[in-house]
Amino acid sequence: MRWTDKLRMRLEMLLHRGRAAERLDAELEFHLEQQIAENIAAGMSAEEARYAALRSFGNATVLREQARETWSWTRLELLLRDVRYAARGLARAPGFSVIAIAVMTLGIGATVTLFTIVHTVLMQPLPFPDQDRLMAIYEADIASPAGNHPVAGGTYLSWQQRNHSFEQMGVTTRGMAYNLSSAGGQLPERVQAEAVSWQTLAVLGVHAVRGRLFLPSDDGYASPKTAVITWGFWQRRFGGTPEAIGSTLLLDAEPFIVIGVLPRWFAWSDAKVQLLTDVMPQIPEQVMESHDAHNFHVIGRLRPGVSPAQARVDLSTISAQERKLYPDGPVHDAANVHPLLQDEVREVRTPLYALLGATGCLLLIACLNVANLLVARGAARRREMAIRTALGGGRGQRIRAQVTESLLLAGTGGALGTGLAAGALHWLLSVRTDLPRAEAVHLDGMALLFAVGITALCGISAGLAPALMDDDRQVLQTLQEASRSHSGGRSRVRVRRALLTLEVGLTVVLLIGAGLLLRSYEQLRAVRVGCVTHNVLTMGLTLPDAQYKTQEQKSDFLRQLAARVRGLPGAEGVGMTTMLPGAGAGEDDAFVIHEDPALKKGAYLDAMIRWVNPEYFEAMGIPLLRGRTFAQNEGPGRSAYAIVSESFVKQYSAGRDPIGKHIDDANNGPLDAKTAASNEIIGVVGDTLGTLYWTAPAPTIYYPLYGGLRGDVSLAVRLAYDPLQAARPVQEVIAGLDRNLPVTDVLTMEQIIGQSMLDSSFDATLLALFAGVSLALAAVGLFGVLSYIAAQRTTEMGIRMALGAQRETVLRLMLRDGMGPALLGLGLGLAASAGTARLIRSMLYQTRPFDPGVFAMVATLLLAVAALACVVPAWRASRLDPVQALRME
Amino acid sequence: MGKPSDLVQGTLDLLILKTLSLEAKHGWAIAKRIQQVSGEVLQVQQGSLYPALHRLEQQGWIRAKWMESETGRQAKFYSLTAAGRRQMEQETANWNRLSAAIDLVVEQA
Repeated sequence: MRWTDKLRMRLEMLLHRGRAAERLDAELEFHLEQQIAENIAAGMSAEEARYAALRSFGNATVLREQARETWSWTRLELLLRDVRYAARGLARAPGFSVIAIAVMTLGIGATVTLFTIVHTVLMQPLPFPDQDRLMAIYEADIASPAGNHPVAGGTYLSWQQRNHSFEQMGVTTRGMAYNLSSAGGQLPERVQAEAVSWQTLAVLGVHAVRGRLFLPSDDGYASPKTAVITWGFWQRRFGGTPEAIGSTLLLDAEPFIVIGVLPRWFAWSDAKVQLLTDVMPQIPEQVMESHDAHNFHVIGRLRPGVSPAQARVDLSTISAQERKLYPDGPVHDAANVHPLLQDEVREVRTPLYALLGATGCLLLIACLNVANLLVARGAARRREMAIRTALGGGRGQRIRAQVTESLLLAGTGGALGTGLAAGALHWLLSVRTDLPRAEAVHLDGMALLFAVGITALCGISAGLAPALMDDDRQVLQTLQEASRSHSGGRSRVRVRRALLTLEVGLTVVLLIGAGLLLRSYEQLRAVRVGCVTHNVLTMGLTLPDAQYKTQEQKSDFLRQLAARVRGLPGAEGVGMTTMLPGAGAGEDDAFVIHEDPALKKGAYLDAMIRWVNPEYFEAMGIPLLRGRTFAQNEGPGRSAYAIVSESFVKQYSAGRDPIGKHIDDANNGPLDAKTAASNEIIGVVGDTLGTLYWTAPAPTIYYPLYGGLRGDVSLAVRLAYDPLQAARPVQEVIAGLDRNLPVTDVLTMEQIIGQSMLDSSFDATLLALFAGVSLALAAVGLFGVLSYIAAQRTTEMGIRMALGAQRETVLRLMLRDGMGPALLGLGLGLAASAGTARLIRSMLYQTRPFDPGVFAMVATLLLAVAALACVVPAWRASRLDPVQALRME
Repeated sequence: MGKPSDLVQGTLDLLILKTLSLEAKHGWAIAKRIQQVSGEVLQVQQGSLYPALHRLEQQGWIRAKWMESETGRQAKFYSLTAAGRRQMEQETANWNRLSAAIDLVVEQA
């Protein structure tokens, strides 16, 4: 037969099954009539003829079934029948079904969400050709090879000339931003950018969709400044017109020629980046060739067949040679080479895997609970099952029915869970803004496949456990047993206890993980912020070099700004700094203390560098512990002073008074000094929050803002009232001084601190949520099993009490029954936690992985919940009226 | 007298195809015809006949059509398709080879 006929037949059987069944009946009926007619012709009476025909016909139902079995789609039909039966069965027990589906929804939803994120962020390759050959390269020290340091321009140039491992290397400076001036009726704005050398985009293997990308000729120190724009920026700012190419953008008041547009899919390291500029025309030659100004991120494309380890040895050799040439400054003597993908996700790797592990635990607990519920349900339906078996239902059929039931539960849970995951992803990405590659995260085919996979796995495993326990050799016993309730079903109880023990153990692991994270969050909150955070308004501004050409122009502007803002009603203090406490790492630099014994050749100290105005400490409430603050007139060329923080004194001055000593700093100091400037220490101030939320307060050097101005300044205004109400007046003051100056990040100090702590609190909160849910699930499980055991032992208890057992004895007996698995699970869980806690060590802040407080608290909490779950059924059992119990027969 | 299920596997299919090779018949007539031609030796039970007919139809070797029977009632008539005819010829050849072989063994062993 041709395949078209076959297809027609199949469709016929699929779509007109009812009609085919009718026809089968008619066909068989016709056969019967023929037989009757023949019998009558043979001389039988009409009635006799009919009976004889029916006899010869046999069981018409079986005949019909057998004929139907030859049809196509029979398997599908059987499946649908199973599903229909299962749905009907579940609808009869709505409480059970709703609980089981809710549990599955939660477990599957959480796991799919985390899987999607982990899969996209950690595993999906970067969108660049041969991305496994792309490497991030750092400077390092042989003494402490784990540290990855930004690369000095000079070192980069040496690597580039002398390495044998890379096809190409390029530099980038991360986290740049420009003031984009208004043009063509569009408002001024602050745009995120990266400055790159011409090789960078070539290393990534990107091509322009319009115009061209950077060429070696753009890379000269005197070349015209050029920019490549992203697809999004092109559409938004230029309406996607070709005139964009060759036009000029005013960035920080300097002209940049737009030479090309990046492809739409281009997203790298930070999705907020709007344009790339060529780095070379923007930096002085001596910075690019310095070996001790570590400013750059370097990426490279390995030659085919070269491993990252080989490349590391290659570059380290070059660095070691450089170190010999420059033995004095902070020059590193080795290199680190990491695959680019790993490098970008390093910070989030452990938290994400921890969360994925937690959701996996949650899902397992959910499965165990559903299995437990199914066992209980199976126990309640033993009689039904026994009757089915007696009527000829095979064991396979019954197992299939059970598994179909749990698959139906899991399937519904899976569908709802996937919906939940879509919502959760949306929420998670909006909360967790620090996640790299977040723009690529969505529920893709892989995630859906995963959802289907784990749904099937959950359904089958949760259904199979109870189904396999069902033993049809005991049909008769069951049928008899059902009329005489006693403490039967020991094996079932044993299975449920085992499931329960596992469940409790997993819950303990989750609780301890969450407990440790919460404890470390608590430690973080206890860190002294070290400055006033209430009623402080902050905003950022950048004075473009092209417009404010001299130091005097910049400091005049800032002095005026401070004075005018101070004059606003309710303003109690105006601080200005290059980096607010808690806002980030910012600048750091190497230095030596002039008066102290010389360090080992080439060794140096490192501290955070902040440039502040004289009123900064007073305005921010940072205590001046010793000495004095800067004077108003300490401007360009007139200042060689520094103020240091308390932890600086502890770490670098052995606690002795540092006032009067000098800081030799190659890069910072009065700009008129050509050599390493010597800055006299004039004061000591209190510590503020560390550079990042998990670090201790870092040694900090403050230099006078008016003495050596940096580009970006944060303004902090302490107010007598709600700070956000002052945002407008302060912005009007700024506009009154310079109409074209945009402000950025208008935030309260509380928001800044909160943001820096958010990520750690977020992980802890999420884990605590999971732990809470699994604790509830475990409690439900304990309660269910205990109630079941109690119900089964009603008669036994009745007899015991009739024979004189005290209520307390019965209570104790029942409690022991329930607390057994809980205690065993607790022990297992504590042992397992000892292993898992080590895995999340890097996420902990001043908290040991085996914090006894957390372990004790979790044990207590779990025992309390378990006891509570046991007490109700136990108490109920002890209140039994023996006569009633015995009569329940 | 053995039931067709005792026959060599697949023989009933051959009997049905052969019976249908001359003209279209309904199920009853097929059973009657096999019974007659075999001299009342082979009695095809409904429990075997209809599943076999439906299976052959699903495989596309026979096709069914509702027509008026000799008694004036609608009945399902089966007829051979081209594929069915090829199948019949193949099975006939198989059968001949097999029965000749069995004959040889029975006669000479």
